[in-house]
Amino acid sequence: MRVLLLAPMLATALFASPAFAATIEVTIDKLVFSPASAQAKVGDTIEWTNNDILAHTATVKGGWDVMIPAKSKGKVTLTAAGAVDYFCRFHPNMKAHVDVAP
Amino acid sequence: MFMRSTATLAALFLVSTAPLAPAAEKPTDPQIAHIAYTAGTIDIEAAKLAIKKSKNKEIVDFAKDMERDHAAVNKQALDLVKKLKVTPEDNGTSKALTKAAKEEHAKLAKLNGAAFDKAYIENEVAYHKQVDSALETLLIPSASNAELKSLLETGLKIFQGHEQHAEHVAGMLK
Repeated sequence: MRVLLLAPMLATALFASPAFAATIEVTIDKLVFSPASAQAKVGDTIEWTNNDILAHTATVKGGWDVMIPAKSKGKVTLTAAGAVDYFCRFHPNMKAHVDVAP
Repeated sequence: MFMRSTATLAALFLVSTAPLAPAAEKPTDPQIAHIAYTAGTIDIEAAKLAIKKSKNKEIVDFAKDMERDHAAVNKQALDLVKKLKVTPEDNGTSKALTKAAKEEHAKLAKLNGAAFDKAYIENEVAYHKQVDSALETLLIPSASNAELKSLLETGLKIFQGHEQHAEHVAGMLK
């Protein structure tokens, strides 16, 4: 009985641990990424929520290129550490930044 | 104030042709909807011409962005006027816009290669400046329906982005 109780508790503790990947939420509203700068770790996922009536992308030169359709979402899992500047290919004046820790 | 804005708008679009009769009063919502939709259609037509004619990737990409965004905004505008049961109403500003656009289109159609690219992108910079200014000083302040005003404000943000994008592309051609 005690073992049975312990198992789910242990699982909860493990999955709640900060060592596990997090999701960083970024919103797009009227052609602005918010927050414009975010902190993340390798393994984390960035998820963009596009509130605009236009399609956007989150694009890194020589890196990822995520389509974020109008009134929809897009995401990417971060696989490399470093400071990353991304922009929207369709609206190159839309820019944001993410610091990816190892 | 309003008369001056209308006159400015008319002056911007009608460089050398007969002056637009100044509107006696500020545009109504059905007229504003018509002006906004017309302005979008004009840029879509210019974009189609650029996609067909240009060999420059930056220009073609920019034109595709214009086609995509203005189609999206115009679709919202159509959905909104349908919802509000408003019939867009033709007016002097729309007519002036269309007339100026036809002349510009004819001018661009005769150009090729780098000359076309330069003329297209410079016109895009100027055109978005004009439209943004008209939105800011005339159309947004005159709109009485809140949803229409909100859509115009969203449009302004989008078109200001286009203006910056066009300036960037124009800078790259030099």
